[in-house]
Amino acid sequence: MNLSVNIAGVTWKNPVTVASGTFGSGAEYSEFVDLNRLGAVTTKGVANVPWPGNPTPRVAEVYGGMLNAVGLQNPGIELFCKRDISFLKQYDTKIIVNVCGHSTEEYVEVVKRLQDEPIDMMEINISCPNVKEGGIAFGTDPKAVEAITAEVKKYAKQPIIMKLSPNVTDITEMARAAEAGGADALSLINTITGMKIDIDRRKFVLANKTGGMSGPAIHPVAVRMVYQTAQAVHIPIIGMGGIMTAADAIEMLLAGATAVSVGTANFVDPHTSEKIVEGIEAYMMKYGVEDINELVGAVHA
Amino acid sequence: MKKAIEMAQVISQKPLGNDIYDMILHAPQVAREAVAGQFVSVYAKDASKLLPRPISLCGIDREAGTIRLVYRVTGENTGTKEFSQLTDGDEIRIMGPLGNGFTVLPGKKAFLIGGGIGVPPMLQLAKDIKAGVAQGLVDDNGEKTGEIPAIQIVMGYRDAATFLLDEFEEQGESFVATEDGSVGTKGNVMDAIRENVLEADVIYACGPMPMLRALKEYAAQQGMECYISMEERMACGIGACLACVCGSKDKDEHSNVHNKRICKEGPVFDAKEVEL
Ligand SMILES: Cc1cc2nc3c(=O)[nH]c(=O)nc-3n(C[C@H](O)[C@H](O)[C@H](O)COP(=O)(O)OP(=O)(O)OC[C@H]3O[C@@H](n4cnc5c(N)ncnc54)[C@H](O)[C@@H]3O)c2cc1C
Ligand SMILES: Cc1cc2nc3c(=O)[nH]c(=O)nc-3n(C[C@H](O)[C@H](O)[C@H](O)COP(=O)(O)O)c2cc1C
Ligand code: FES
Repeated sequence: MNLSVNIAGVTWKNPVTVASGTFGSGAEYSEFVDLNRLGAVTTKGVANVPWPGNPTPRVAEVYGGMLNAVGLQNPGIELFCKRDISFLKQYDTKIIVNVCGHSTEEYVEVVKRLQDEPIDMMEINISCPNVKEGGIAFGTDPKAVEAITAEVKKYAKQPIIMKLSPNVTDITEMARAAEAGGADALSLINTITGMKIDIDRRKFVLANKTGGMSGPAIHPVAVRMVYQTAQAVHIPIIGMGGIMTAADAIEMLLAGATAVSVGTANFVDPHTSEKIVEGIEAYMMKYGVEDINELVGAVHA
Repeated sequence: MKKAIEMAQVISQKPLGNDIYDMILHAPQVAREAVAGQFVSVYAKDASKLLPRPISLCGIDREAGTIRLVYRVTGENTGTKEFSQLTDGDEIRIMGPLGNGFTVLPGKKAFLIGGGIGVPPMLQLAKDIKAGVAQGLVDDNGEKTGEIPAIQIVMGYRDAATFLLDEFEEQGESFVATEDGSVGTKGNVMDAIRENVLEADVIYACGPMPMLRALKEYAAQQGMECYISMEERMACGIGACLACVCGSKDKDEHSNVHNKRICKEGPVFDAKEVEL
């Protein structure tokens, strides 16, 4: 039985990674999860300099999901390279570094700093709804998506994954733009912008007023967007959004994702990512699937 | 302090009045490792409620392998409402022990101060100080290293619906403040300290933000040390998601910016180190 997948020339031992921002750089979760069991670890977004992030409260629970407005707090690329990459190098898993910035120059600075680091892939977050400049602004205009993709591709020695925002009318337009800019892979979806109001205090629950919604409630939206995107581009897709179980992950693969990413579910049960690897194996056994790649896009009309 | 995820079994649960509940759980892995001031993440069974509820350890019985949670039900359709309906033998998933807990300064006369739902964690701290086993009074092998300090307990409640008070009185001299004046000093814990002309070298406290602010200011004026337990909305509970930060005076070693994770570096901080 083959569980390994190839994403833009990088072979993962299985199709399961963890979603950026929900898993730090793995150190905290490694007390619970054997990181060697994961196809890849995707780190929290990192910028050229440290970012303090947003005021608190930064998270709120909503029915079947959550909102977050962490605001991409991160220690900056220098400390990250020294501490976080060397931590992850102890494990037999692929390392995907998620990159954020306020401007093209800032993204490029991080990408340049990472080009000779021992990491496997970079994921460019052009879709964070929680920062005022940059982030989502790059991710909602196809021209900007293509331009920034082309720009980071100039410097990156590792394959580039462009992370797309669901906060657009037509996700395929953004996907095609990233592909045109030279993206090696896509990941989707980032969070969907939401809001929660405390009716007793008549105040916004999040200090940032709005936050990105994640968790099981957004899963059907993510499956739909992965399916549409898979029809529109030829590069591999890492599917994410509300994956809680192996069944959710398999749905994503059938919709056209080559790999999946587990985010909010880590908060519900730190063991989720490992359990999903086991559950996928069990599904393949049950249906006599020899190669995981047979499942990719295998939904039929 | 190794963290564990375990299916804890409810040994008993009883209401203490005013939506406060007192639950004992068999959770041997957590109980073995825990110190006063740490907390556990408690997960709801309702799958629409994703995030764990952080609840402080009000009691730790390392021999019996049990922990005690005293918590407030915050409303209908909440996770805490679900917890309050559990009865003997039911199971509930928890993760812990989390955070740093209180570190006691040997030989320094201490105020133990709790306000509202910040009262519960101070009980285990009082017991551990009295028994000389609190963090700071023993080394890694459990050998006693420091002089057991004298303590005075000051608890603040809204009204006559006080809870745990009799148990505090067993641990040491206790003073009470109520907002409506129905028991003890009328006002807050600061008023009780002034009215009773209390003095100490160090404060250990847990309670609402206005109380913590007042204590920080008071400690600075008096030249006292002050350690406070903070609260914030959490998602992971273990330091990975950066949801639960508070501002810090110095640049934090982990975050590389001026904030600290309450679930990891806290919840107990030196009041001088954090911005309130
Ligand atoms: C370190 C720490 C220790 C705590 N110890 C205790 C304790 O011993 N006893 C006690 O009664 N309460 C304690 N609290 C507060 C307790 O966590 C909240 O009252 C509880 O999470 C509310 O959940 P709910 O299901 O009632 O409300 P819901 O409205 O269903 O909660 C929705 C979401 O908001 C979060 N939330 C709501 N209020 C708070 C809050 N005040 N702090 C943090 N998260 C909140 C919940 O965890 C949940 O994710 C503590 C909080 C922290 C941070
Ligand atoms: C607390 C939190 C922090 C996040 N931080 C980042 C981030 O730094 N960079 C990024 O690209 N996505 C970030 N995301 C988005 C997730 O990686 C993921 O795309 C999204 O949450 C959907 O997946 P899920 O429903 O499984 O969580 C964050 C999500 C959460 C909940
Ligand atoms: S709750 Fe995730 S870092 Fe504290």
